[in-house]
Amino acid sequence: MSPLGEMTLARLREFYREPAAVFWTFGFPALLALALGVAFREGATRPAAVVVTPGPRQAERVDVLSRDPRFAVSAAGEGEAAAAFREGRAVLEVGGGEAIRFRYDPIHPDAEVARMRAEAAIQQAAGRADPLAVETDPVTARGARYIEFLVPGLIGMNIMSSSMWGIGWVMVEARKRKLLKRLVATPMRRGDYFLSFVIARLVFLATEVAVIVLFGRLVFDVEVQGSLPALALVSLAGAMAFAGLGLVTASRTSSTETVSGLMNLAMLPMFVLSGVFFSTVHFPDWMQPVIHVLPLTVLNDALRAIVNQGAGPIEVAAPFLALAAWTVATFAVALRVFKWT
Amino acid sequence: MGGLVDAAIEVRGLVKHYGKVVAVNGIDLDVARGECFGLLGPNGAGKTTAVEVLEGLLPPTAGEVRVLGSAWGQGGRRLRQRIGIALQETHLADRLTVGEIVRIFASFYDHARPPGEVIATVGLEEKRDAWVMKLSGGQRQRLAIACALVGEPDLLFLDEPTTGLDPASRRALWEIIEGMKRRGRTVVLTTHYMEEAERLCDRVAIVDHGKVIALGTPAALIGRLGGEQVVEFSTAPDVSGDGLDALPGVRRAGRAGDRWSLAVDTVHGTVPALLDHLRGRGAALTALATHQASLEDVFVSLTGRTLRDDA
Ligand SMILES: Nc1ncnc2c1ncn2[C@@H]1O[C@H](COP(=O)(O)OP(=O)(O)OP(=O)(O)O)[C@@H](O)[C@H]1O
Ligand SMILES: [Mg+2]
Repeated sequence: MSPLGEMTLARLREFYREPAAVFWTFGFPALLALALGVAFREGATRPAAVVVTPGPRQAERVDVLSRDPRFAVSAAGEGEAAAAFREGRAVLEVGGGEAIRFRYDPIHPDAEVARMRAEAAIQQAAGRADPLAVETDPVTARGARYIEFLVPGLIGMNIMSSSMWGIGWVMVEARKRKLLKRLVATPMRRGDYFLSFVIARLVFLATEVAVIVLFGRLVFDVEVQGSLPALALVSLAGAMAFAGLGLVTASRTSSTETVSGLMNLAMLPMFVLSGVFFSTVHFPDWMQPVIHVLPLTVLNDALRAIVNQGAGPIEVAAPFLALAAWTVATFAVALRVFKWT
Repeated sequence: MGGLVDAAIEVRGLVKHYGKVVAVNGIDLDVARGECFGLLGPNGAGKTTAVEVLEGLLPPTAGEVRVLGSAWGQGGRRLRQRIGIALQETHLADRLTVGEIVRIFASFYDHARPPGEVIATVGLEEKRDAWVMKLSGGQRQRLAIACALVGEPDLLFLDEPTTGLDPASRRALWEIIEGMKRRGRTVVLTTHYMEEAERLCDRVAIVDHGKVIALGTPAALIGRLGGEQVVEFSTAPDVSGDGLDALPGVRRAGRAGDRWSLAVDTVHGTVPALLDHLRGRGAALTALATHQASLEDVFVSLTGRTLRDDA
């Protein structure tokens, strides 16, 4: 077989013979999605816990509120209600006599909503007539759930970390072991060595993205709205950009401690700023230009456009080119300064 | 560079600095094609550094190197097709098997030997499917040698190839090297083992502090000592060297660490006189050893130090 073929096979073998690498690449993102998805799904569907404190209208109000399935109502004494509040078992306390008295934390969005609904229910039961009829048309919008925000973010994060670790760590380890030196002492084409990493990365990439997409689909019913070829192209461009970045961090050092420090230095800001777990809009305006140049932001935004907003290849052409530019720039730097011995 | 037409390696004025450390301090060498050439010297003498410059892996600070007629730089890949290398230390990938690794190395060469055959040559058939991580130190060493042999090289560099090998594996490697010589290949090796250099090498260079301090065939270098046998001894209290070289049959007397070392024609001709000499000075023998003169003694006579701490 050709040197490129042999070396690519070696890359694949070394990967699947290392159980830890397999877990961090495939298992960990799925577990993370499962944990976060479960946590946030329950948050959205759990009824709001309301306690009604003693008073002349306690029984009546328990009765009124219990008719609304969005409340989990219980009657409690003052002390008991205070304890439930403190421990987070109740978000709203309803008391008072003729006047309704609410106790809740106005910062807490669930509490605010619970107060408005509770007030409307009690007022209407007491005879309030609403002047206008209301028609509601509930839709479960595709692409609006948190898990739908999360899945593309996890794909992006995973592409980043597996590309960087898979290249940076492995190459530095090879340099430390003098394996790079041994290889340049043969007639091997140096380009073949890099290419074997790129090809192996593509094989892993396809599997990695497929694992997360399928997991989202089967467990949380997250569907890719847009085009699959666009998803593939954007993932590929992202993987190459991060492979380049990994190569830059690995280009000179022969210490695995140094390279993991450098990689964390590059990745940590992106974990926080690039919209993996929460949207980038939370950061101040002056930071936005920087945030939107970061390769992980570009990748995540493009993945979200495809998964949640049905984008196709044309819509993601700009981020694709931005990632390609990152790829060219990082490879150009890394190959210029790369040290074999 | 003039040099021999048939030179496998020509080195002129080779100097290599690592920052302030002078690892190689002016070496000139010619290695003929088909020759087995040995570099001997203590730890830190500069053997590995010199060999890695010859291998084109380190740029020299100064000096010229030509290997198989070309300088490193132009046409490096073509030259590498003809050269096999075993570095002093390389840790090959842990989770690949012996067979997989040799196959990878074979794929780099235009005229590679069949991997299975090379694995058999170094005696690793049974370990063909074992991961490198599960090999013993000596087995890894043999794998490194298989990787050096697989390209069917005209010129083979082996940096301490037998360190860590058991006697049987060492003899097996000697046979491999002798086989290379028979087929007209050139071998350059470094070693700490004198008997190995004496047996394998057509010529040796003794290196110390980055310089060649002696160069020639093992027989010629040993012949320079003058004696066939060596008597080493130490006494309490220590004696001065006065009069030692006047004892019968002594060709040369010198210090070897905390001992005296005498190159003599015959042991029986010198030892009785030596015992009398010591008795006359009130010194008691604390150690006495005799052996056939070797390259080790050449090094001792040139530097006053022993080559290996355990020697
Ligand atoms: N990468 C390096 N950086 C700095 N100094 C070095 C480096 N490599 C070797 N040296 C120094 O150069 C000198 C020669 O080292 P070299 O490895 O060539 O010795 P050697 O003869 O091969 O020794 P050994 O028998 O122990 O293998 C030593 O003093 C060593 O400390
Ligand atoms: Mg050495």
